Amino acid sequence: MRSSILRRLLMVVITIVAGGLVSATLVRCAPGFGADERQLDSRLSNDTINAIQTSHADERNIVRFFFASVCKTLRGDFGVSRSLNRPVRQLLQERAAVTAALAGKGLALSWLAAALMIFASRFVPTPALGISVTLLSGALLCLPAGVLALLAILFNQPAYLVIALIVYPKVHRYLSNMVEAVRGMPHILTARAKGASESRVFLWHVVPVIKRDVLALAGVSIGIAISASIPVEALCGIPGIGQLSWQAAMGRDLPLLNNVAMLVIGCVVLANSGADLLGEEPRQSS
Amino acid sequence: MKRLRLAAAILACVLVLISVAGSFVPRFDYARQDREHVGSRPSSGHWLGTDDLGRDRFARLLQGTRISILLAPSAAVVSMLLAFAIGAVPGFAGGFAERAAVTAIDLVLSIPWLFLLLIVRAMLPLNTSPAASVTITFLVLGLLGWAAPARILLARARSVRQAEFIILARSTGIAPYRLLYRHVIPNLRPILLAQFWISVPIFILSEANLSILGLGVAEPLPSLGSLLRELETVLSLRADICRFAPLVMLVVIVSSLQIAVSGREVPS
Repeated sequence: MRSSILRRLLMVVITIVAGGLVSATLVRCAPGFGADERQLDSRLSNDTINAIQTSHADERNIVRFFFASVCKTLRGDFGVSRSLNRPVRQLLQERAAVTAALAGKGLALSWLAAALMIFASRFVPTPALGISVTLLSGALLCLPAGVLALLAILFNQPAYLVIALIVYPKVHRYLSNMVEAVRGMPHILTARAKGASESRVFLWHVVPVIKRDVLALAGVSIGIAISASIPVEALCGIPGIGQLSWQAAMGRDLPLLNNVAMLVIGCVVLANSGADLLGEEPRQSS
Repeated sequence: MKRLRLAAAILACVLVLISVAGSFVPRFDYARQDREHVGSRPSSGHWLGTDDLGRDRFARLLQGTRISILLAPSAAVVSMLLAFAIGAVPGFAGGFAERAAVTAIDLVLSIPWLFLLLIVRAMLPLNTSPAASVTITFLVLGLLGWAAPARILLARARSVRQAEFIILARSTGIAPYRLLYRHVIPNLRPILLAQFWISVPIFILSEANLSILGLGVAEPLPSLGSLLRELETVLSLRADICRFAPLVMLVVIVSSLQIAVSGREVPS
């Protein structure tokens, strides 16, 4: 168990470092890198403009810049955002809570809705309910996150509802597939033949079988929610990590983008690894 | 279900034909401005009215549909070629190449798709010509969308490598390129095709998301995504239901494609 945790932690660290390096490389290779609009300010002296130019010099070598920034990050120094002119650490602290609340509410709502729909279609199996649930999921899968965010603004709905509507169809689809796959298993048929009630069969025989897959799906759904938070926060004007990553990408703000990329990748990888770890069967000692 | 899939495929084909045929009708000019009728309601001259710059909405919808529906498959082709090179080839080769490919695929899949797309697209020039912006947008989609198909192709290539007919073919001294061409590719073709058709609606939706965020196709060229930006003008929205036309078209196209390819996820 301990070696499994260590192996996963190592993979998380490698993925975060590699992801951060990739995003830093992309910014470094982007056209217009190193250009600073302050250089066009005629009020500034030549010495000041030279100082601005030399301040970007240490960013030219991407590997050196990246590993220097990683070392600084480990010491707790996240640098200063060039576009927002504020410490990155402060920005991340403020905004992470907003995104966590938004994604958390959205995830909770989507999982609740998906579970309720599956319960309903299992205990009240009417064709009308089945068709309407399928149509709803299908329609939501066809709508881009940006459109849902715009519709939420139009109809004055909370942003977490948009996250829920984006996550819900995927969760519902996979959950119902899992339940459907288990339904025909011999132990389920035996339990039914013995006269066990539908709720007992579900809780005692279906849930333990799909537990591991459900945990894996939970990990994946966190990634979907974080991804969806970018257009939702950018369009709804919510000051979270999604909006911050959008501003960092648009402003080509290297220190900010690096840290946001590592934070987002870290969250997603940790969620997936945590879900895998929780779903692992404990080894039985012989 | 088979009939529904057939109907969806026919609907998608009809929409492609209509949008392509629209380019041959001179009155459907997507860039022409009618300054006498700016922001007008539907009429015989403008079936879906005009936008805030006096451009015919129906003509723009046809052009936008054409761009999205023709370029998304092109991006999917790029994506499948990469998926084949990064997933299928190392999967068939095995050893270090396979382990390296699995790590690379896991790494890319761990980064949220829209986040990756956003970073890469924002890093590329934004002040380009409309044609270049279309190319860049769909090329980025194609270049980044390989990871999920590559994982599936890798798994399939691995099982093909261990199959008896491959061992038998190898024992006859078959040349590697011939083995790949005659035995491996035909076995991977159904998965490649299935993944191709699954990628097309995903790319259409991704382009729509990018365009809504202002990182997609540049004006005056329309795409289904850039047409959706009209929904941002919320205050005037209630007065004009025709602003929803691109959304309806997007839902019809994506849903018909999804229905048409449903059941292809696990090809036999």
